[in-house]
Amino acid sequence: MTEYALILISTVLVNNIVLVKFLGLCPFMGVSRKLETATGMAMATTFVLTLSAVFSYLVNEFLLIPLGLEYLQTISFILVIAVVVQFTEMVVHKTSPVLYQVLGIFLPLITTNCAVLGVALLNVQQQHGFLESAVYGFGAAMGFSLVLILFAAMRERIAVADVPEAFRGPAIALITAGLMSMAFMGFVGLVKG
Amino acid sequence: MLSALLALGVLGILFGLLLGYAAVRYKVEGDPLVEKIDAILPQTQCGQCGYPGCRPYATAIANDEADINRCPPGGETVIVSLADLLGRDPKPLDEECGEEKPKMVAYIHEEICIGCTLCIQACPVDSILGAAKQMHTIIESECTGCELCVAPCPVDCIDMVPVRQSLDTWKWPAPPPPPYEQAADGSSNPQPAGAH
Repeated sequence: MTEYALILISTVLVNNIVLVKFLGLCPFMGVSRKLETATGMAMATTFVLTLSAVFSYLVNEFLLIPLGLEYLQTISFILVIAVVVQFTEMVVHKTSPVLYQVLGIFLPLITTNCAVLGVALLNVQQQHGFLESAVYGFGAAMGFSLVLILFAAMRERIAVADVPEAFRGPAIALITAGLMSMAFMGFVGLVKG
Repeated sequence: MLSALLALGVLGILFGLLLGYAAVRYKVEGDPLVEKIDAILPQTQCGQCGYPGCRPYATAIANDEADINRCPPGGETVIVSLADLLGRDPKPLDEECGEEKPKMVAYIHEEICIGCTLCIQACPVDSILGAAKQMHTIIESECTGCELCVAPCPVDCIDMVPVRQSLDTWKWPAPPPPPYEQAADGSSNPQPAGAH
């Protein structure tokens, strides 16, 4: 049990997928302009990331490894992710039209979020088991959500702040992201071993 | 090599089946009434009803925003079918939309055509073939007879002609006129109640 808690904390804070591993930077910069959309994106990504981590593990463990086809990991995982996203979109569309409207275009865009593929590949690299993969995926998603929402909140404030002209727009956003990344380095050492 | 192909193939088929099943299971139904109304409309996309095509008009009818008698190409047949479907009283065609004409197709006099492409842009169903400075022509089987191409032509080379009867286009004559017209005629020809 401690093991899973450790994985969770380490993926959310210490090895944050965005600020430490630098994956999923596109939605991090692209969808963080408004807190509301950032929250929607965070929710959708959480769902897809966890599911695709689990399914990628299953495909890898029960199809690719028995057949000795590890070199097909990337393409199979992309396939899995695309299917999970597509499936999620259909289910959300049917069950919760409101959520579907909030998420809108972000839902299909998750397919191209490299954090999703990154987590699936990292799971293989670190030889995680089934539950570990699920927790790792969920943790990474929580880390992504946390950082995305924090960053969006900051950007909403920056938007009305008096920023020097040369730094306006994406420049100040990137500097902020860098500062956040440095701040997250403070978590190194929180989890030992 | 073969196992790799098989593995990916099987994976693809499995996922395809899953998505196919999900597409049926989680199908989001649009308004079924709009579909039914749209099926009755003649799909000329002529815009004479005041809406930019048949489907928008069907949506408007379903939302009670438009009357059922605004479709000149469909004429009485469409009005009666719509009245039947919606349980409303049939009424004569709204005159401000236009009048019912026999089915027409556009004809381009090719010796006059200057190849300006204006009619191509106007055509809602892409039934005009041509390019800039090239003579245009109508794909007769695609033309819905909506007349939208007639007005933009700067040299008036487009005429509307009745559909020529051939072995392919011949149909049995239309069924007897719709009941409301006979009712309007007077009591000389009473229609048994609930005939349709």
